[in-house]
Amino acid sequence: MIAEAGLAALWFAAALALAQLVLGAMATSDARAALRASIAPVAVVQALFVAISFFCLIAVFARSDMSVLLVAANSHSAKPMIYKISGTWGNHEGSMLMWVAILGVAGATIALFERKLRADTKVATLAAQGAIALGFYAFLLIASNPFARITGVIEGQGLNPLLQDPGLAFHPPTLYAGYVGMSAAFSFAVGALVTRNVGPEFARAMRPWILGAWIFLTIGITAGSYWAYYTLGWGGWWFWDPVENASLMPWLAATALIHSVTVLATRDGLRAWTIMLAVLAFSMSMVGTFLVRSGVLTSVHSFAVDPQRGLFILELLAVYIGGALTLFALRVGTVSEGTRFDPFSREAALVANNLLLTVILIVVLAGTLYPLALEGFTGAKISVGAPYFNSVAGPLALVLMLIMAMGPMLRWRSDRPGLLLRRVAPAVVVGAIALALLIALAGPIGILPLFGLTVAALVAVASVAPLWKRNLTRTPLFTYGMVIAHLGCAVSIAGMASEGAFTKENLVAVKVGETQPIGPFAVTFAGLRELPGPNYAALEGVLLVAKGTGKPFIMAPQLRQFRDPPMLTNHAAIRTFWNGQLYLTIGEKEIDGRWLLRMWWKPFVTLIWLGGAMIALGGALALLGRVRRDLFAGRRVGAPA
Amino acid sequence: MKRGLILWLPLALILMLFAVFWVGLHRQENHDIASQMVGKPLPLFTAPAALPGQPGAATADFRDGKPRLLNVFASWCVPCVAEVPVLMRLKAMGVEVVGIAVHDTAPALDQFLARNGNPYARIGSDDQSRIQLALGSSGVPETFVIDGQGRIVKQHIGVVGEGDVPELLAALGQKP
Amino acid sequence: MRWFAALLAAMLLAAPATAQNSIAPTPAAPDYAEVSLADPVKEKQALALMDNIRCVVCQGQPVSGSNADLAGDMRRIIRERIGAGETPEQVRAWLVSKYGAWVSFKPPLEPRTAPLWLVPLLALAIGLWLLMRRLKWDRLKGAKS
Repeated sequence: MIAEAGLAALWFAAALALAQLVLGAMATSDARAALRASIAPVAVVQALFVAISFFCLIAVFARSDMSVLLVAANSHSAKPMIYKISGTWGNHEGSMLMWVAILGVAGATIALFERKLRADTKVATLAAQGAIALGFYAFLLIASNPFARITGVIEGQGLNPLLQDPGLAFHPPTLYAGYVGMSAAFSFAVGALVTRNVGPEFARAMRPWILGAWIFLTIGITAGSYWAYYTLGWGGWWFWDPVENASLMPWLAATALIHSVTVLATRDGLRAWTIMLAVLAFSMSMVGTFLVRSGVLTSVHSFAVDPQRGLFILELLAVYIGGALTLFALRVGTVSEGTRFDPFSREAALVANNLLLTVILIVVLAGTLYPLALEGFTGAKISVGAPYFNSVAGPLALVLMLIMAMGPMLRWRSDRPGLLLRRVAPAVVVGAIALALLIALAGPIGILPLFGLTVAALVAVASVAPLWKRNLTRTPLFTYGMVIAHLGCAVSIAGMASEGAFTKENLVAVKVGETQPIGPFAVTFAGLRELPGPNYAALEGVLLVAKGTGKPFIMAPQLRQFRDPPMLTNHAAIRTFWNGQLYLTIGEKEIDGRWLLRMWWKPFVTLIWLGGAMIALGGALALLGRVRRDLFAGRRVGAPA
Repeated sequence: MKRGLILWLPLALILMLFAVFWVGLHRQENHDIASQMVGKPLPLFTAPAALPGQPGAATADFRDGKPRLLNVFASWCVPCVAEVPVLMRLKAMGVEVVGIAVHDTAPALDQFLARNGNPYARIGSDDQSRIQLALGSSGVPETFVIDGQGRIVKQHIGVVGEGDVPELLAALGQKP
Repeated sequence: MRWFAALLAAMLLAAPATAQNSIAPTPAAPDYAEVSLADPVKEKQALALMDNIRCVVCQGQPVSGSNADLAGDMRRIIRERIGAGETPEQVRAWLVSKYGAWVSFKPPLEPRTAPLWLVPLLALAIGLWLLMRRLKWDRLKGAKS
């Protein structure tokens, strides 16, 4: 019965989304106050129903109810409970249900907590949110019913062992919260266009919502990168794979958006552009969902795919994105352009930041889709991967970093070049010293890592400069947020460059008792032992690792033979030091009594994800600072209507 | 008016994107990687005999004026079983099929042929996929048509079905 | 560390010797599908190339990160050829001559791939043009004159 309840709840939610859209469309004029008051409760109840539906699906997975097709196809009763639950979204239908559940909750949160937005704009925003939800409910109910029944199945087929990892419990929910949270930006933009309300007030209202979604997106991408790094067993942390690019594109658009919205809020500039980015950020989320779910692109990350579903999502994209951009073209002309900028001003730096982020987004988009376009129109097959993205997006990103270093040191409105030069001088000196040291000491490490490390050093110094000679207790929280997020970029870039430049790799075939070097370590193969797992049998390599004359420690990479479905996975042993990670895996084959050992020493690789975490933390502080200031301001002058 | 036009640019771009997606969704699902060696001479190789009872294969065998099939297969390859009857029929029609067994062992191969039949005149062993890579072949089974001068005329990716026989015969220069 | 290097050298020398002593026809050379080249410079070149070559079986992955047999065989060929003195670009060209441009993650510079570079350039140009229109240069001009 749980499955039927879940399906019924999904139908109710869809009906309420329709009601939300219709009510919103009818209540745009001020005269219909009663209608207007009813839309927020509808949004909340809609979220409630879709949440119930999602929890019903989790329940049937947790109970291993094999009479539900989705459970039978993707789960197994012998799985540990955490993977039964996280397996709920380890498949197409379940992940789409999570998608709409988050969409519903985002709408309800706006309905409940958004106070600053003009009433008619808020109604239009909620109507837009309802419209988006309606389409994706239709997609679930018509083309991807997660609650379909099946008879006669006793045991399920199991979950891909690569997904049986805590990463699945954590990565998709955060990534989706970011992806779908961006719908708020989209709906706000549509609402603002419909009600012709684009200005600083609107920007201040929209900012917390996009910051929130952006924080989740940042965490999701960072977590996903680390998950791929430790689970795939080859030490790679970013593959420029279509699925990864699909998550990067909304992040780039959203990062541009949180900066342009600041210009709109502070200086009433970039009106049309901010609206454009708000539409673009969620459009990229939907395009990403399409790319992942339709199977138009081949990817490392395995997903079940179906072209028919792809067509359905494509139709939704055409309606929403096409509709929003048509509205944009028709309406934004009536929005005045806003103020013009002085070339030496903070807003000019932010515009340059937006330009570069957008060009990087276009590089990622072009590189991801051009092979598809070329094959579709000419039949020729090419591959576009790391060499293209690194060589084209890499330099753009480094220039972006330099602008990021300068931006916070510039004043709003106008500034003097000479003063800027004086302010950035310490950072430039540090960067120059870093460059000189690297050239003298590091040997040939490649152009991109060399400049990456240089820029990281420069940006690290520059990003803390806004705190220089300031009363630290009176500095607003969002300034700290900006400083930490920018510092996080430097930290992350340093990790990427260091990983690229200094990684040591040693692949060897060893007999028991043999010792092999890797970086500063010596690894001795002490033997193998068999260990039972909850739903797999593991063969564990026992490796004695010593650094110089230090005390040896044990690292134990495993080969795991899963039963349902039968699959061999490679579980790396990773040990983190202050200056890097030692990454050891054991190969699948034994040849003449020798086992294959893959060893990597990755200096400062952890900085990549530490930087990502700092960026997210910076966002969180900024959000907290803004919300707190709003609350205090509200208390002082009385809550604004 | 200029500004008006530029405002339509995003819509135009996104529609182009959707056109690409639409074409992508409707294209023939095709993950085959065609070999670039078609039309070129067979690369030089000498494959040792995969089975004690049967000769191995070498490029020199293909230059005697008689067109042949070169079949890349393996006993561990499940779909390969399906094409054996078709290859047997081709053999009965006088087509010589040379096998290249990839990553295989003599006992496993022996069992495979005993169970399914042996359409091969010779079977060369390709332990490390060297011949497969030289052919530009990306999986098993794949079948190449080699003309009498030792040139690769055609590549067939995947299982050879009954329906593929006329095309293969045509490429071999043989009448069905 | 010196004793360790000596031990390592002894082991490297000993390995082929023991292999030759045994009667089994096992190859004395290490299997380069899974084992690094002895020369660190060449190994680095080989690794960089492997990151750029697409596995023909698993398709989405580079051969440097795939467990498929054929990926291992491609790694072996790459290491052998680079070990024998070929440049990475020669090995890439050899693989492209077998499988086409698809096998390399580095798109060739050809007319048909030109949009990959032209589209970002065009975007940058349009962006810069829009940006210039939004800036007011009066103050700077005024300062100069």
